[in-house]
Amino acid sequence: MSRRASGLRAWALQRATAVYLAGFALYLVIHALTQPPADYAAWQAWVARPWVNLGLLLLVPALLIHVWVGMRDLLIDYVRVTWARVLLLALLAFGLIASGLWAVQALILARMG
Amino acid sequence: MKTHQRPVFLDLWRIRLPITGWASILHRISGVLLVLTVPYAAYLLDLSLRGPEGFAAAQAILGSVPARLVLLVLAWALAHHLLAGVRFLLLDLGVAIDRPAARKGAWAAILGALTLAAIGGGLLL
Repeated sequence: MSRRASGLRAWALQRATAVYLAGFALYLVIHALTQPPADYAAWQAWVARPWVNLGLLLLVPALLIHVWVGMRDLLIDYVRVTWARVLLLALLAFGLIASGLWAVQALILARMG
Repeated sequence: MKTHQRPVFLDLWRIRLPITGWASILHRISGVLLVLTVPYAAYLLDLSLRGPEGFAAAQAILGSVPARLVLLVLAWALAHHLLAGVRFLLLDLGVAIDRPAARKGAWAAILGALTLAAIGGGLLL
């Protein structure tokens, strides 16, 4: 996609990730309400189930992309001082990547048991 | 710079947002609330998977009274972001885009989210 279409690409990524996040959030809420994990073993076994684990691993980049596009829109709209906007965007990027790596690490360790 | 001479009206107490505007600004506010929980959610996921002690510690954190109040707010934020988000996706597809339908959709998202949050509050508290 050309550089001139970067706004369109962000828009499309925001929508595509939104669909995945909405579906998976619904699944997580229903699962948490109907079958809350009784103890550590049940919780660990659920997270280690191949499809759950893959779904959660996929959730991480989907969530980070969705958050990045949305928060970038807000910072561009509301933070008009360039250095403050750049600083906040940098903090956001580092915070998101660190959170994502932390979650992925926990998910992979759980998968290995 | 000509851009500085544009008229600006930002008296927040006198601006009357239409209901569609409320659905939109609440979508932004709920999104920010959810973003703020991302690092803590990653921490809790890791803690809960570290072993039986970690799981118990995460349960204790989530079961405390302040955490339950935060979870209640987050339940509203998730519900609103989800419902208003689905509404925006439908608007993208041209569904319910004329003014009366758009207003009904905005009311449905706002009231639906409050209802779901109230149900969630009943389950949490």
